[in-house]
Formats: sequence, C-alpha cells, structure tokens
Amino acid sequence: MAARLPRLLLLLVLFAAVAVAAAAYQPGSAEGHTIAGQIKIDGSSAKGFGLPAKTSNTKVILNGGQRVTFARPDGYFAFHNVPAGTHLIEVSSLGYLFSPVRVDISARNPGHIQAALTENRIVLNELVLKPLREEQYYEKREPFSIMSLLKSPMGMMLGFMVIMVFVMPKMMENIDPEEIKQAQEQMRNSPVPSFSGLLARANS
Amino acid sequence: MAPPPRHLLILILGFLAAASLAFTLAAAVYEDQVGLADWHQKYIGKVKQAVYHSQKSGRRRVVVLTEENVIASLDLRSGDIFWRHVIEKNDPVDELSLSLGKYVVTLSSGGSILRAWNLPDGQMIWETNLQVSKSSKPLLHVLSNNKVAKDNLVFVSAGRWIYAVSSIDGVISWGKELSLDGLDIKQIIQLPENDIVYAVGLAGSSKLNLYQLNAKTGEIVKHIQESFPSALYSETILGSHNVLVALDETRSDLFLIELKGESISYNKVHVSDLVQGLSGTVKLLPLMSNGVIALQASSTVSLLKLKGIDGLEVIQSFEQPAAVSDALTITEKDEAFAILQHTGSEIEFVVKFTSDVTNEVIREKINIDQHRGNIQKVFLNNYIRTDKSHGFRALVVMEDHSLLLVQQGEVVWSREDGLASIVDVTTSELPVEKDGVSVANVEHNLFEWLKGHMLKLKGTLMLASADELAAIQAMRLKSSEKNKMTRDHNGFRKLLIVLTKAGKVIALHTGDGRIVWSNLLQSLRASKSGEMPSALRICQWQVPHHRVMHENPSILIIGRSGADSAAPGVLSVLDSYSGEELNSLRLDHSVVQIIPLTVKDSSEHRLQLIVDSHSRAHLYPRSPDAMNVFLHEMPNTYLYTVDIEANVIRGHSLQKSCDNSDDEYCFSTKELWSIVFPSDTERIALSETRKMNEVVHAQAKIIADQDVMYKYLSKNLVFVATVSPKAAGEIGSAAPEEAWLVAYLIDAVTGRILHRVTHHGAQGPVVSENWVVYHYFNLRAHRFEMAVIEIYDQSRADNKDVMKLILGKHNLSAPITSYTRPEIMVKSQSYFFTFSVKAIAATQTAKGITSKQLLIGTIGDQVLALDKRFVDPRRSVNPTQQEKEEGIIPLTDALPIIPTSYVTHSLQVEALRGIVSIPSKLESTTLVFTYGVDLFYTQLAPSRTYDSLTDEFSYALLLITIAALVAAIVVTWIWSEKKELRDKWRVGDPSSAGFLQ
Repeated sequence: MAARLPRLLLLLVLFAAVAVAAAAYQPGSAEGHTIAGQIKIDGSSAKGFGLPAKTSNTKVILNGGQRVTFARPDGYFAFHNVPAGTHLIEVSSLGYLFSPVRVDISARNPGHIQAALTENRIVLNELVLKPLREEQYYEKREPFSIMSLLKSPMGMMLGFMVIMVFVMPKMMENIDPEEIKQAQEQMRNSPVPSFSGLLARANS
Repeated sequence: MAPPPRHLLILILGFLAAASLAFTLAAAVYEDQVGLADWHQKYIGKVKQAVYHSQKSGRRRVVVLTEENVIASLDLRSGDIFWRHVIEKNDPVDELSLSLGKYVVTLSSGGSILRAWNLPDGQMIWETNLQVSKSSKPLLHVLSNNKVAKDNLVFVSAGRWIYAVSSIDGVISWGKELSLDGLDIKQIIQLPENDIVYAVGLAGSSKLNLYQLNAKTGEIVKHIQESFPSALYSETILGSHNVLVALDETRSDLFLIELKGESISYNKVHVSDLVQGLSGTVKLLPLMSNGVIALQASSTVSLLKLKGIDGLEVIQSFEQPAAVSDALTITEKDEAFAILQHTGSEIEFVVKFTSDVTNEVIREKINIDQHRGNIQKVFLNNYIRTDKSHGFRALVVMEDHSLLLVQQGEVVWSREDGLASIVDVTTSELPVEKDGVSVANVEHNLFEWLKGHMLKLKGTLMLASADELAAIQAMRLKSSEKNKMTRDHNGFRKLLIVLTKAGKVIALHTGDGRIVWSNLLQSLRASKSGEMPSALRICQWQVPHHRVMHENPSILIIGRSGADSAAPGVLSVLDSYSGEELNSLRLDHSVVQIIPLTVKDSSEHRLQLIVDSHSRAHLYPRSPDAMNVFLHEMPNTYLYTVDIEANVIRGHSLQKSCDNSDDEYCFSTKELWSIVFPSDTERIALSETRKMNEVVHAQAKIIADQDVMYKYLSKNLVFVATVSPKAAGEIGSAAPEEAWLVAYLIDAVTGRILHRVTHHGAQGPVVSENWVVYHYFNLRAHRFEMAVIEIYDQSRADNKDVMKLILGKHNLSAPITSYTRPEIMVKSQSYFFTFSVKAIAATQTAKGITSKQLLIGTIGDQVLALDKRFVDPRRSVNPTQQEKEEGIIPLTDALPIIPTSYVTHSLQVEALRGIVSIPSKLESTTLVFTYGVDLFYTQLAPSRTYDSLTDEFSYALLLITIAALVAAIVVTWIWSEKKELRDKWRVGDPSSAGFLQ
C-alpha cells in the first residue's frame, strides 16, 4: 500500500481535477455544501481493449444509498446540498473494487472538506477516486501441464502404480534372498497371494 | 534406505485423500461455465412513460420510464434492452423526455435533479441541481422547435420556480421564482409562433395565474390572474394553444378556459350533462389539438370535442376497460391517437385523426393472453409504409405490468415485466417422471438420438455447416437434463413460484428460467371502485407425500383487498403444476401477521395462522381435521408481535375461541409478556427469527481441544436490534457519541432477554440470521461492520462423559421447556466489512451438514458468498495447531472480498431486494434465487460438490488411467511370467540347463 501513495499523488498532479470544493450552489441554499470529485479508472488496464474503461454504469453512492449519482463520461460527479458532518461515499462499478471514502465537511469553516479512504486510511488531497484493484470474477483456467495431470487422482494412481512396479522390485532386491525364498514358498502355498501379507513379511 | 513400505502406503493414501478432499474457501466459476447452471433475466418494471425516438435511420428505439424507477432504451423490433439505469428509490423520476433527438432528459427528486443521458449508449452527459419549492407535480418541457434558442432549452418547473436549462451542457440559462405565495405551476405551454412561454399555475386552489415569459431571458412579459367561483382540482389542467380545460374540486363541473392576449374568460359545463350514468371518479386525459379531449369515468371513456369555449360535444363513448393514447403529431395540422378496447377475449385497436374524429384510420383485432388482464396504457407510434401511407403500432401496458408491441393486428413482442416487482417466492417440486414410455416414443427418440449423434459427429469432425452447428446447440439446450419438466434425482429441477406486485403468480423453471405457467389472480385485481388490492405472501399449501401422492401440490397466496392494513384479506389456492386456481376465499378479517405452522393435517395441508388487526388468530385450512391437529399443538404455540410505532415487543399465547364470535376457527390471544423499550434512547430497527424449515444436522460442536459445545437451538429465539433515535437516520446525521445500537436475543415464549450487547457509535442497517449475523455502520471507525453472535447451551455442557451417556445419567433426553432459565454461553465478534449491504441470507442444504455460507447482497447489486468460518466468533490472532485443523482462520480486522466468490460473477441483479436459498436433494448443493428488478438463479456448493462428480470431471482421463493400469498389469504379468520361467530354468533345475548345452 505504501508504494501506491506516490503513484496516486503523481496522478493527482497530472489530472488537475475539480478539488473538493464547497460552494453554495444556488441562492438560499447556504446550509448545503457540494462534494465534487472524479473517478479515474485506468484506461490502459481496461480488459485489454485500449479503450477508456466505461464509466456509464459507475454509480456513486452517498451514505449507503441516501443519494446516488452517476459518473459523467470524464468521471466527474457531484453531490449538492450536503449538510456538514461526516459522510461516506461508495463507488460501485462492475469489475473494479473501490474503497469507500470518508468525507468530513467542517461546519465551522465552510469550504474545508477532508477525505480519506476507509480501507487503508490514505488521506486524499483531492477527491480523485481510483479503484483499489480490478476484480476478476472468474477462476482462471490453468493451462495444460504435466504437473496438474500428475496431481489429479488418476495421475496419482498411475504414479503409485509406477512406484510399485519399478521401486518395489528394487526394494525387494535389498531384502535377504532367503526371505524372498520364504515368501515365494508362502506364495506357492497360498493360492491367492495377498499383497498386505507380502508387505508385512517384507517389513518384518 | 527406503522408508518402510507400509508407511509409504499410508503416506500415499493420505496424500490422495488430502488432494481429493482439498477445497478452497472460494466457490468460483470459470468463464466458460457461465450459463450452465445459472441464468439471469433483465426487466424494467411497469412502464409509465414511453418516448419514441423518431430518427429516420438507424435502429428504432423507445425510451421508457417505469414505476420501478428505471429508465431504459428498448429495441422497438425485439423489445431487447439497449441500456438501462435503475435510479434509487429515494430519487423518484417524474418526467422523461427526448431532446435534440440524441439526449434523454429526466427530471427527478421533485424537480430538483435534471439529468441528460446519451441516447445511443446511456452514458450520463450532465446533471444539474435545481433549487425548487415543493410541488405536487414537477414538469419538464422540451422546446420542440429550434427557432427560440440555438442550444435547445429544456424548461423545468416545480412549485413557484421555473428554469430554462440548455440541453447540451446542462447550464442554467435562466431561473425565475414567481413571487406569488402558494403558487404551483401546472402547465407550460409553448406557442409555436413566437418565443413566448406560458406558465399556468394555481395559487391557493381557485386562483388561476397565467404568466407570459420570454423564453430567451425569463423576463415576465405579462401576468394575468383570474379567480374562479369554486376550487379547481389541481391535477387536471390541460392545455394546448389557447384553451385550457380544468375539473373543479368536486369533479362534477368542467371549466373551459380561453386565454386571450389580455384576459382569461371561462365557461362552466356540468360533467353529468355530457356523460350519462356517471359514477366514481372522473379523470381528464391529455388534450389534443383540434379540440379533442378524453374524459375517463369509472365505467366509460368519452371522447369530447370542444366548440370554442361555448360547450363540448360527445363524439363517442367506450365501455371500460379501455385506454386512450396521447396524440401523435402526423402532419403539422393533424394528430393521431389510439383507443384500445376489450371486446370479449380480443382487443380492438382503433386509430383516429383529431381532424376527423368520426372516421377510423385503423381498426384491428388483436388476440391477447387472458392472463394479462386489462389494458392500462397505450403509447402510439407511426411509421411510413412502403406505399407512403401511415402505419401505426403501439406499446401496450397491461394490468400484469407486461409490455406488448402491437402492429398489424399482432403482438410483435412482449416483455413479462411484472417479474421486476416480486413480492414473495416459494418453490414447488416438479411431477415425478412416469414409468413406461410408449413404443412410438422410443422409436421417435431412437431416430432423434441417431440424428443427433450424426450431427454431433459432424460437428466434432468440423464438417457441419453453420445451420447444423446452430441445430446442435439448440439440441444441446433442449435435450439437456436441466430443462426437463420432471423431478430429477438431485433435486435441481424445481418450479420457482413467484408472486408479483400486480397480483400475478408466475412459475419459473429453475433450469433456464422460462415461464411454465402464469395466472393473474382475480382476487388481487383492481376492483371497479378503484381499490387496489395488495399481494402479501405466497407459501406452500399442500405438499403431498405417500398418502395423497396422486394429488398435485398446491400453493396458498395471501393478499389484502386494499392498500390499508385493516382491509380484509383474500386467500387463493393454486395448483403448482398448472397454475389453475382451485379455491379463492374472501376473508372477513384483516391480515396483519401470517404464521406458517410446522404441523400438517391428514391430507398434508400445511396449517397457517393468520393474525388480524384485533390480535385474533384464525386457523386455515378450515377443516375439523386441521382443528384437531391444531388443538393438540395449541398449548405450545406462542406468537410475538413487534410494534415499531409503540416501541414494544409483546408475546402472546392462544386461547380457545374468540369472545364475541361463534367462529370456531378463531382464537383469541392473551398477552404473556411485553418488553417496552425506552423510546428516548432506543428505537426498534429490526427483528428477525430463525427460519422454521431450517435443518440442523449436529446439535453439538466439537472444538479443538476435544471439548464439546452444545448449540442453543431454540426455535423461539428472536433477535431484536434497537438504535438510538438520533442514529436512526442516515450516516452523516449523527455524531458517534449520540449513536448506539443494541442487539437483543429474546426468548419468544417467556420474553426473557437472553443476551444484550451494545455497539457504541453504531447505527443500522441490520440484518440477521440463525446464528445471528448483523451489519451496521460503525461511526467511530467510519466503516461498516458485521457482527456475529453464537449461542451455546451451557446446561448440557456436562454431557461429555461417554460413561454417563451410556448409563443414562445425561439430560439429553430431558424435555426442554422454555420456562426454565436456560444457561447459555454467548460468543460474539465483529469484523469490518467494505460495503453497504442490501440483503443477507444464509445457504440452506437438505441435511444441514454442509458448512454454511453467508450470501450478501452488496450495494453494487452483486451477491457475495462469504464462508461462515470468516464470521466465526472464535477466530484468534494465532490459532493453535488444533484450531487450525478445525478450520479456524487467523483473526483479521476486515472480512475479505474475494472477487471469485461473487455468486453473480460479472452480472448485477439491479435493485436487489431478496436472496432465497433453497436446499436441493443433494446435500452439498443449494439453489440460490436472487430477485430485484432483475432475476438471477444459480446452484451453489458451499463446500464444493463432495457428493457428486463435477461437470469438470474428466471421464476420458479416468478411462485412459484404467486402460493404462490394465496394460501395466498385463505387461507386468508377462514380465513376471518370463522372469519366473527364467528363474525356474536357472534356480529350479541346473542340470537341465546343462543338458541344453
């Protein structure tokens, strides 16, 4: 998160956005403030099309649904006639995760508005909201690989068989030839050679 | 040295088991799996305004505004949605208009917010906030000609304010407050000749004011006031050019008002002189040019023609139900309008010109499904036929909120938009597949099967043409198991039966979401007197099992015959397979609370208790059999009522028979306890109880140190949340010091408060579930939080000794009564959560073994599945090894948002209202149905599908493995045979070897 901060600041310099500005919009609405800001979704990362990400369905939500507005093509949004106090702005845009923003409108000195991301407590100098991350709603298909094949139950069955075929005789070789003889006798005696019996014998 | 083989074997087996049982916390789908088990349907709701885009070229569209507060652009050819915006409920959109042929202008929030949307893609272009005074109906008027101003002005008026706003960038050109007390502007009239705009307003109720304003500057050119002898009905002042028509307040007289340059003159006409047999309310429909108006009474719609201001002449009367469209300009002097009228089972579509009202341009008969009810609205549109004559088509809004396009006597397309306003949902099983298929069926199937396989073979060999590929796709969809109309082994195929606001019951197939049947209930349709019944609940009425298997299951629909909660209730019983109404009942009491009981009578009817406004309980079904069953249950039946107004929770028991009624199915209630919350510090925000049909598998929970904790599983537990009065409002309105939230757990039988917890600086919204999880806003941290409370029964905590259990010295089988004081242990914890929440539900499975997930409807209209283990009160910073084995996740302050665990993946359920989880027969899988303006259905396996192979399972790999194993066995057998032979030669008989040499 620490590395994010300088990048964010750089962006803030680049995009001279309409700052958090408070103004009585119309005569007779002196008690209301205006929260204005901008949503910036990096165009380059927008699913590889090279086009700027669509803001057409980006909603900006004040105080959990008290008021909802939409972002304009350039990403700007504004809430008018907001009373002084502490407010919460959420951004809902499919494909991106935005942190909610805490906005403090000071009652004592009008025009002073503070904003901070609630998720990571980064204080914003200007109300430019950028997504925390892009959301991948789908599991990525793993490309075909030998390892994934081997890891599957069937692969493991085969692997186990291979071990049994090639490693077991090697282990058998380590065992005393007399014991093998004994085992073979046993096998001849019992019509169905039992695997576990063999193992138990080999183990002893 | 190799490890001892036995250990090796165990190791390998353990690894195998671990690998196959390994599951992640996220239940994700791959992109190519979308649509296999889920479906998504987009709706818009009942259309209240429609504007056609009259561009000559390009795709024909219509922009609509609906009662669900949706603005949408629809394709006129197919009814598909080009784009759509769902506006928040507290920002109601009043008016919609088109400007410059490329902007959609909407006026919302009582005239204070004006927005413009780009017509092709729905992008918001600008938004302007206007300072207005309170108004009964804000108006939006787009200047129709470009003569006045280059930047096409849009006029907005609300109350005393009138604004002119540029439609290109939303800049306010001028705004004027008309300085007359109590003025409410009713009409803006634009004269085609000059740039003068007339604003007609009412001051008080009988003073008509006419302002003439300069459209460019907003300067008042002239102001005329005229007092009327009686008060005017404020809603219906209509105007065109220089004549206004208004109803008076008693709605018995019509005023014909002429605006002459300097003065206002008027004439009074009695409505009863025009229309015979008048009854009910009278409404004026918009005035058209050439002096034609429509007058709507409760039984007729009359077309009237103005003769100057001297009088009115009735041209034609239509029997209700009928609908008249607005006038549509055809030529400069002429306008067309449509009248739709029911004639038997058909609908008559008549188009007339206002210049010649007696002639009909078009008269067509259209067949419309009976289950759509009556016509409610018509929007007329014209097109030029190839022979240069005018053709007409119309959008028709029906009583069930569906939208139809009619053209040339046919319904071109229809949208079932009643599904945008679902009130309640229930499910029904499909019929059992009948045994014994006829021979013809098999032969047919065999042929189809062969053909299908030939096609598929072609497809895989890349020989199929495009048509054949489409046929393969269609066949796959059709033949696929999931869409069959019969019950399946896993219980995935069901009917979702939904009740919509319009009183229509619709059954959807869970396989693909198609409508199986629909029925507009007669008892929930608007009556002639104008009373609007309201649909309340839908629940299962009869679920036949072994004894009455031959009967179809049925469902019960409960409604009210009026909007008021004291209005008498209505019941309807519907067959779940066909949608046929089996029985309908008008109750003589109101419906306040509906309590489905867990008991059934001998014919497997579910017993329902309906509590009326006099807190009397009524038992349904009314049969002696049900009565017997219920009397048995009655001493153990307790009710509780939450009175939010009075801030009281009351507990009741039932007593035999009502006092002053000889109805034996009526029971009076007796108050047992009540909890009064101090209204100056606490206000009830929410109450919730456990789901009655929930299945719990294990009563006990084994925790890490081999200890046992018994769950407190009382069905009588009620969760109540109260907030301080100051915190009841929106987030920004309260300071942390004066806001708190108190959560109570109350036993509904005794009223005992089992647990109470206070969150300081918190305020709603709160939602709860069985182990209670609720969501609120923490004002100190300024973040949303989710808190969990788990309740364990301490009184049974000593039942750990196996010896005691064997010897019967335990209290497990002791009857549990709510009257003894339960010793409970409560664990709670709270976590930060990023989003606002619209709804929470918990997954439900058939046996309750599968671990639970919380389904959280977020503010972005998505549904997030969060494993219950994340909201476990026993999470600690450093879980011990044993705790880790148990599955306890290390403590974090916030709940994770894992993008792949969005159930709705890259879709949104706009205006999400409810999430329903339905258990399937397969224990691992639950069916999730989410509704709002959109519908979304999916299958969910909270712990992966451990009891069945997934679709992912590679049968080919399995076959290859088996083949390889068989081959290996054969090879090794041959090897061993050879080796044995060699050994025999070598070891067994050395002399024979020598003999060979």
